[in-house]
Parts: sequence; structure tokens; C-alpha cells
Amino acid sequence: MSEPLLRLENVERRYHMEGEDVRAVRGVSLAIDAGDYVAIVGPSGCGKSTLLNLLGAIDRPDAGRVLLDGRDVGSLSDREATELRLRRIGFVFQRFHLLAALNARENVELPMAEAGVAKRDRAERARELLAYVGLAGRERHRPPQLSGGEQQRVAIARALANRPALILADEPTGELDARTGAEVAALFQRLNDDGATLVVVTHDEELAAAAKRVIHMRDGVVVRDERSAAPSAAAGGR
Amino acid sequence: MIGRLVAAALLGRRTRTTLAIAGVAVSAALLLDMVMLSTGMSVSFRSLLLSRGFQLRVAPKGTLPFDTEATIPDATATIVALHESLDVEAVSPVLGGTIHIPGARGATSAVALGIDPRYQGDYELISGRNPGEGEIVANDALLEATGRSVGDTLTVAGGYDPQLRRFAGARRMTISGRAHFIYLARGQRAAAMPIASLQALGGPGRRDRVSLMMVRARQGADVEAVRSWIAKRLPRVTAISTETALAQVEERLSYFRQLAFILGSVSLVVGVLLVGTLVTVSVNERIGEFAVLRAIGVAKRTITAQIMLEGAVLMLAGAAFGLALGLVTARYLNTILSSFPGLPQGIDFFLFQPRAAWTALGLLAAAGVLAGAWPAWRGASLPVARTLREEAA
Repeated sequence: MSEPLLRLENVERRYHMEGEDVRAVRGVSLAIDAGDYVAIVGPSGCGKSTLLNLLGAIDRPDAGRVLLDGRDVGSLSDREATELRLRRIGFVFQRFHLLAALNARENVELPMAEAGVAKRDRAERARELLAYVGLAGRERHRPPQLSGGEQQRVAIARALANRPALILADEPTGELDARTGAEVAALFQRLNDDGATLVVVTHDEELAAAAKRVIHMRDGVVVRDERSAAPSAAAGGR
Repeated sequence: MIGRLVAAALLGRRTRTTLAIAGVAVSAALLLDMVMLSTGMSVSFRSLLLSRGFQLRVAPKGTLPFDTEATIPDATATIVALHESLDVEAVSPVLGGTIHIPGARGATSAVALGIDPRYQGDYELISGRNPGEGEIVANDALLEATGRSVGDTLTVAGGYDPQLRRFAGARRMTISGRAHFIYLARGQRAAAMPIASLQALGGPGRRDRVSLMMVRARQGADVEAVRSWIAKRLPRVTAISTETALAQVEERLSYFRQLAFILGSVSLVVGVLLVGTLVTVSVNERIGEFAVLRAIGVAKRTITAQIMLEGAVLMLAGAAFGLALGLVTARYLNTILSSFPGLPQGIDFFLFQPRAAWTALGLLAAAGVLAGAWPAWRGASLPVARTLREEAA
């Protein structure tokens, strides 16, 4: 059996908030294979986003291990973790978080510029990615000139820029209306069909239904981990 | 891409950026002026002293040139003695005094310099020729006061007896030329004539006396060695080299330099605080943006470079305007300070030197980087997960 892309072993994460210790993630263990599409669901404050941050090497566990490609993310230096995020992980945020001063193409180019990709190559790839997410011809538009759904698609293109092994999305449809959310969900489905590994934190039942696997969390622990029988059908209905 | 982000950050907040640049410009102008002030006078004084090629001044023992009314006796013998040194190329004797020129509306007084027209180093002829026996050259202030011009004849007296109400030693002299007197103050009336003429006007007490001798050493000669030789050979005089004179001037100018240093430092600190504050405010406003950049894999050094570059750009843009502003204000201040009574008109307080501009620019660039250092560290070191969580809340 091949090694999973991502493995969590007894992961703990605690915060000290307002004089109290909060155990945001408690002893979570799970494995995610390459090509998987995982939705993490649960009520607010159950530790979904904290878990996502741990998976994305943005945060470090207080106990346990997070292994990406067999490497213990928690033991990486800040520089190594940054490099890992740049080259192996793509992030999609609820509020898109595009740089308003840059146009769509420049926003997509940003991670590639940081990775040292030549200007011409990154411009070409940015155009391809924008076309992939359905924004061909909108390259020069700046975020304020784009709708919420379009901005999220630019953010997805940005996440794909350095051909990451893993895409993490935190409530990617949280700021979108139902129709636009469905478009983004369809885009995720297409990404997964094209081979991308996706982990999505969401409250959106339709988006979760599109995933191959749904992990339910409550009070920092995984309470249910289920595989969908026919995820594509659910996505196709959107 | 960093350049694009810096430009976007600065152009996105135009009013703030403009105010910051204006503030830095004022600070930079003051800094440049202070750097110019700290070096201007000594450089200007050096160039004034060396302008006629005389590297040594010989004054009466224990005095500085024209500091007192003391004179050197036996001037002819002293000049001969000075020429004993093979390193002495020329000696220009100068006798200072006052002359009176009677006119229809009273007498006009002027500074008079007795010189050797062959070697004189006190004036530059504007028109006409050097004075011969019975002739003088005068500056514009004197010509204007007497209403005369080159070629006119006038009565020149060496003294005035108030009891007899009579001018002493009066004689007719012709104005042979119009001149600019290098060491005299703006507007000061002055004339020069052969030294023998002025000695004669002064009466027996002035015979064969001079106030000062300017000595030109041969090219390649060791000026200090010549000075030492004069000190040994002529114990009744004091020989001062340009370097010694400058050292004495430097000592007297230390007040100006301290003032310039303090004001320059204050302007630099104000610039650092201004840019530091504005960059900090800007970073605080964009803390979420930096957290996102860190999350998607942008390195700390990239964010640090971006923020420090913002500070440096603000500082350098302000400096560019500030240098221009500084030159204008320096010119204005120089006009005011140079009109102090008694100062040679060739002395500049604020002398522009490219080195001063580069020094000011270098200090400002370093200050800009320094100003951005703390906000850059803050922007690059924020806890990514916590900041994103707080931004989302």
C-alpha cells in the first residue's frame, strides 16, 4: 500500500484564550491520499480551520505529527515551512484575499514570482490558469472590478500557480451566493477530476456533498469519517 | 513584483504618500543645509585664502593679519630677507589704512591698501589698469560715493586733524582702474595704491612699514618648511600658513559646526520618525495582507524587503525634493548671513559641494531603511494562523 500524501498522527493544538486553555484539536489522526477530495465539516469552533492550518504548515501542533510526503511539517524551520507552502500547497480563503492593487494575472503570478519562475513563463501560466477557471479575457481586471465568484476563481488560479500537491480551502463558498457557490464547487470538482488533492473546510452542504470523503468534527475531534458513494453525481447536480 | 507591490502601496494612498514626501523634503532640506553649513565656511575660506596663490601670511609678531593696527617695521629689509629663501617666489607687502576724499558734500572715508602692483593679491581689476605713482584703483562703492569714474582725478588725504579741521597729507591722485577687493566686506568703500604712496600719505610714522606680507612659495615647495624658516629667520614676525589660518578659523567656526550637527541630527531623526510612523501605520492596515502572503508561501525576506523599500522610496523621493528645496533655502540664508558687517564678500556660509549632497542623500537613504526596519520586522514576523483567524473574525 502506498504512503498517503498527508498523515496526521494524534495531533493536538491548544490555544490560551482569555485566561483559559482551549483544546482546538484533540488527538486527531487521519490519512489523506493523493487525488482525494476531502470535506471537513462541523459546527463553528469545532476546530476545522485550526486543523486546516495544521495541514497547511501555517500552524504547528502542540503534540502529534503532521506528515506531508512523509516529512514532519511540525519539525520544519520557518523558512522550510514557507518553502513547503509555496511549492507544495495551494490555499483558497473564504474572503479570497487577493491583492487589490494587482490585477488578476499579477495575483496569479505572485506565488510564481516568489518561486523564481521567469517572467514570461509565469505570465503564460497565469493566462492558462485564468482560462482554466473561466476568466480568460479578465486578466487585467483588478479584484474590485470582479464579482465575488470571479475573485474566488482568481484565488483558485493563484492556489494552482506552482502546481501544488495539495489544495486547502477554508470556507471557499462562505462569501458567495448559492449560484456562484455552485460554480466554485463545480470548479473544485473539475480540479479533483483533473487529479488535484483537495481538502475543503465548509459549512456548505452542497460543497461537502461533492467531496469523495467527508470528515465530521466536533469539539476538536473527528466524530465521523465517511466516504461518499457517488460524489461526482452530487457535484454534477449543481 | 516587489517593485509593483511597493508602487501599489504608495500610490494607493496618495495623500498620505504626498504628505510623507513633503515632510521628508523639509527634513532633507534642513539636513542638506546643515551639511553645507558645516563645511561651507571653511572650504570657502580656504578657497579665498588660496585664490591669489599666496600660501603664507607674515604679520607683526603675535597678531593675525589685520587683527590689530600693528605694523611690521623695516619692510624693505624684511622683503629682502624673505627672498633669501629659494622657496619664496614672490612677496606681496600690504599696508592697511584709511583715506579721506574731500568733496562738495563732505569727506568720504575708505579703506586704503598700499600694495606692490606687481605681486598684489588683494583685488581683481574689473577695468582700467594697476595704479602707478600718483594713481589709485577704487571699488564700485567708493566710485559711487564720490561720483567719480576711471580717469578722474581726486584729492586723497591720509588723515584728518579735527582741531585744525584740516586734512593731513592731501594730494591729487588719478583713478587708474576699477577693482573688486577680495577680502573686504560687501559695500565697504576701498582703494588701493602703490605702498610707497600710502606710506607717504601716513606721514613719517608709516615710513617703510607694512601691515602684512603675503608670501607665495615656489611650486612643489614644502610650505610648512618655508613657514618654519621664516619663523627662525625673522623672529619679529609671525608667519601663518593657510593651513594654520584655516585651523584657527576652524576653531572659531566650531560653534557653527556644532549647531549644524545638532540641527542636522534633529532633521534626520524627524525624518526617521515621520517615515517610520507612516510605514508602521501602513503595515498595521495591511496586516491581513501580509498574513495571506506568508500563508501562500511568500518569504519573510520578501515582505521585509517590500516594507523597507517603501520606507526607502518615501525617504529618497522626499530627499530629491528636499535637495532642491535645500539649495534654494541655502542660497537665501547665505545672502542673509553674508551681509553680516565686516565679512569678506567672498565668504560663503552655505557652499554647495556634490559631496555634501551625496552625504545628505546617503544619510537619508540609510534613515529610510532604518525607518522601515521595525515595521518590516513586524510585518514579516506576525503569527500567520492567528492573524488569519483574527482577520476572518
